[in-house]
Amino acid sequence: MSKAVQRIGFALVPVLISLLITALIIVIAGADPLAVFQSVLEGAFRSTSAFGGVVNFWIPLALCSMGLIVTFTAGLWNIGVEGQMVMGAIAASGVARSLGESLPNEALIPLEILAAMIGGGGWALIVGILKTRLGVHEIFGGVALNALANVYAIYLISGPWTPPEGGSAQSTSPFPTAALYQRASGDFPVSLLGLGIALAAILLVALALRGTRWGLHLKATGKNAKSALLLGVPTVQSALTAFMVCGALAGIAGSYRALLTYGSLRPFISGGIGFLALLVVLVAASRPVWTTLIALIFAVILGGSTRLRVALQLDQSLAGVLQGTVVLLVLLANGLRQRLAEPRRPRKEAPRATVERQRSVIID
Amino acid sequence: MTPELLNILNSIVFSATPLVIAGIGETITERAGVVNLSLDGSLALSAMVGFATALVTGNFLFGMIAAMAVGAAIALIIALAGIELRQDQVAIGFVLTLLCADLAQFLGQDYTGQSSRSLPQTPIPLLSEIPILGAIFFDHPVIVYFSYFLIIMTWYWLFHTRPGLELRAIGERPQAAFARGADVNRMRYVYTVLGGALVGLAGAAYTLAIRPGWSNPPSMRGDGWIALAIVIFGGWHPFRVVLGAYLFAGLRALSSTIQRDPSIEIPLALLNGLPWLLMIGTLLLVSTGALERLLNTLPRPVQRSLRSVLRSNPPAALGTRFDPD
Repeated sequence: MSKAVQRIGFALVPVLISLLITALIIVIAGADPLAVFQSVLEGAFRSTSAFGGVVNFWIPLALCSMGLIVTFTAGLWNIGVEGQMVMGAIAASGVARSLGESLPNEALIPLEILAAMIGGGGWALIVGILKTRLGVHEIFGGVALNALANVYAIYLISGPWTPPEGGSAQSTSPFPTAALYQRASGDFPVSLLGLGIALAAILLVALALRGTRWGLHLKATGKNAKSALLLGVPTVQSALTAFMVCGALAGIAGSYRALLTYGSLRPFISGGIGFLALLVVLVAASRPVWTTLIALIFAVILGGSTRLRVALQLDQSLAGVLQGTVVLLVLLANGLRQRLAEPRRPRKEAPRATVERQRSVIID
Repeated sequence: MTPELLNILNSIVFSATPLVIAGIGETITERAGVVNLSLDGSLALSAMVGFATALVTGNFLFGMIAAMAVGAAIALIIALAGIELRQDQVAIGFVLTLLCADLAQFLGQDYTGQSSRSLPQTPIPLLSEIPILGAIFFDHPVIVYFSYFLIIMTWYWLFHTRPGLELRAIGERPQAAFARGADVNRMRYVYTVLGGALVGLAGAAYTLAIRPGWSNPPSMRGDGWIALAIVIFGGWHPFRVVLGAYLFAGLRALSSTIQRDPSIEIPLALLNGLPWLLMIGTLLLVSTGALERLLNTLPRPVQRSLRSVLRSNPPAALGTRFDPD
């Protein structure tokens, strides 16, 4: 088998198997897999407006994914990205509520984006300080801060920000139109500004990691923090800036959810997009181009599956089942490929043991 | 002691049981040097399967066995990926966390809100007659008694048997254990799957005993992460893990008592953040050395006899892989 065929095989086979597994799960749930797949594709592509819905998932997903490439490069597991989205959405909502009636759209949007970046970046900084200064692993700090951000959002929605006509704890009152990202048209309900920001983020992160001293420091920190520190790399500073950049991008993603998708603040406004971004980056192995493409495929699945409940009375979590299975099998296939590529070493006469440290250990 | 206080203490022991079982399971896995990060998803999926199986077969035992099989299967994937395929255990664990939670939600959609029986209360004769202790510890469903047995067994196995010594060795110094003839990777498989089966049982404990029934989102969401944090707080020692689980359940009970008190002016919504602040707090207690300093104030002879309980370092080879050749 030639190298190229092998490479394509190891990329395609896991995807096909995960489609089969998902089909099996759909059958177990008592539905017709073909009807489900058809419904998802129709949900994503039946009209420009439907595809606009897909793009509206892609924009926050791509923003979070690019942020996570930065933290992964520095060797950090920023599980807190969900909470950073929520804090970004809260901060942007705060600006929209307080200034929405008094300022024009052109002045509001930059203020809201800035607030979202500060909200998300600041929330990420807490995880960073817990990690670098206080020795709490970022996975635990992140999980806790995710929950706290959601608790805070629900408190605001059911308390101080509850609609004057009486709250159902489902959302705040709709924000004034001037405070929202403007949609391109009724047929294509996407903010071109949001699209531009996402594309700019992709470009900037790719360039910053490739050609700047900061990117080099991040890589050194991620590869081996101890040796990097000995070589004079400011590892703590690298880790903290990585967290803040990721948090700021996640914050913008959160503002897009609040100020375009919903037009108000809602509980669990991140909708799992931050976690999904972690999967995207894992499967793309932190490569920007692949990340962008896989984010688009996952956005199609996400956007298409919003119709499942209406069309087939199936739970939307099926999207997560398919995405999770694909990622799991791709990672397993990668392992298998590396395993097979290893040359068979002859057994040494005396047993020699080696222990290799993996990229990330739960307790540092 | 008033009957109300006894009731509260009884319910703390009861509601801490899944955290105890999952925490001990993860302790065994991590002592062998493997991280099973998937707890939050594993608990949800095994809880759902355990509930559905018990509902369909009408047999609690079948439900628990099915839940244990699910937990073991998830752990097997992690072991396979980490040991055989040399993938990052944390990455695989995280993917499984999300995947299993979604699977539980999708496959459980027909079971939400279905009424069910819960495991019957079975007071132990004689023991439950002991004043105070009997009412707190020996008036529960069987699964709570199993958790006591598990605690003692795990402690005895780890610190007083030869295979237990080997288990600790493969998590601390796999090379040395290998040189002494231990089959490091095979033992890691065994203990990862065993730990996963216990996590599965903990999942069944939620839906069959603690909060009977299946809901969306599941009632135990978030507890997997808490159990992982409790293992760290517990310094990978079964006794301290149990202490952490009871402490946590106790503070949770306290916060729900506060919620019911109308004279206290904290918004209900904010109180839900308490467990998470607590989680960061307990981890800070360990990571900043505060807990160690506190324990060092104990008199010397006590410290010596408690040495294995007092240490807080993770197993040295945790999350690493081992190549014998």
